[in-house]
Amino acid sequence: MEEVLFFAAALGALGGAIGVIALRNPFYSVLALIVHLFSLAVLFLLLSAAFVAAAQVVVYAGAVMVLYVFVVAYVGGGEESAWEPIPGQRLLAPLFAAALFVELALAVLGSSLLALGTDGPKVGAGFGDPAAIGYLLLEKFLIPFEASSILLLLAAVGAVVLASKRGVAEGSAEPVQAPSSNGGRPSREEEVPAPR
Amino acid sequence: MTIEWYIVLSSLLFAVGAIGILIRRSPVVILLCLELMLNAGNLALVAFSRMVGNQEGQVFALVVMVIAACEVVVGLGLIVAIFRRRLPLDVDELRELRG
Repeated sequence: MEEVLFFAAALGALGGAIGVIALRNPFYSVLALIVHLFSLAVLFLLLSAAFVAAAQVVVYAGAVMVLYVFVVAYVGGGEESAWEPIPGQRLLAPLFAAALFVELALAVLGSSLLALGTDGPKVGAGFGDPAAIGYLLLEKFLIPFEASSILLLLAAVGAVVLASKRGVAEGSAEPVQAPSSNGGRPSREEEVPAPR
Repeated sequence: MTIEWYIVLSSLLFAVGAIGILIRRSPVVILLCLELMLNAGNLALVAFSRMVGNQEGQVFALVVMVIAACEVVVGLGLIVAIFRRRLPLDVDELRELRG
């Protein structure tokens, strides 16, 4: 049963990942990434990390992907041209990635960690549940927890600054921006295709 | 399943993300491939935490998720800013910073 679940989830994760890099339309890439994230959540459950799996589904597949979908719908999913700046880039990249994979696999599997070939030690039902993770976050990892909250705040402020209107008005050399008579929106909205 | 399978799967997903970063040119898709690589790292962290039998690796995975959320927010803000300046959304044409 566990093997079946593992291979199903691994196929989903791998298929989603290949879908992200192979699909031409960015909107479909986002959808493939959602499949990938759900499969990863199943893998986390198999590794008895229930809270991480729940956070993966709720935060990643729920919130972050909605952000992606909004941005793709805003900028429009244009097809990429086939022009290659480096000759043979599309052939060299998989070779490089295969070398990377072999290197990573060798580095880990050749590390003579004896527990790699086992299922891990027996753990109780409370392993990785929200209570245990919350206890760790608020006791042992309190300072990283607070630091990550400050980091999130900084990222939110940074995004507001980056995407604000003011940066466009004073920064752009070419005055292509239409006067903001339409409520501060770029007048290109009619070009944004509705994602199918 | 033994831990090795999870680690090999995680390396494979990392390599797929690396291919994507190398061959795609849309900044949105490059951010998606970064997510793939971060998630492969997460899978390895959780697998090793299961192998050792304590939950601290899972806390690491949660912190990586926070970092990924920050990266997404800033990256998508940059993409929206690029789009508003009518610049091409193509990393090969946005090469003014190249030395």
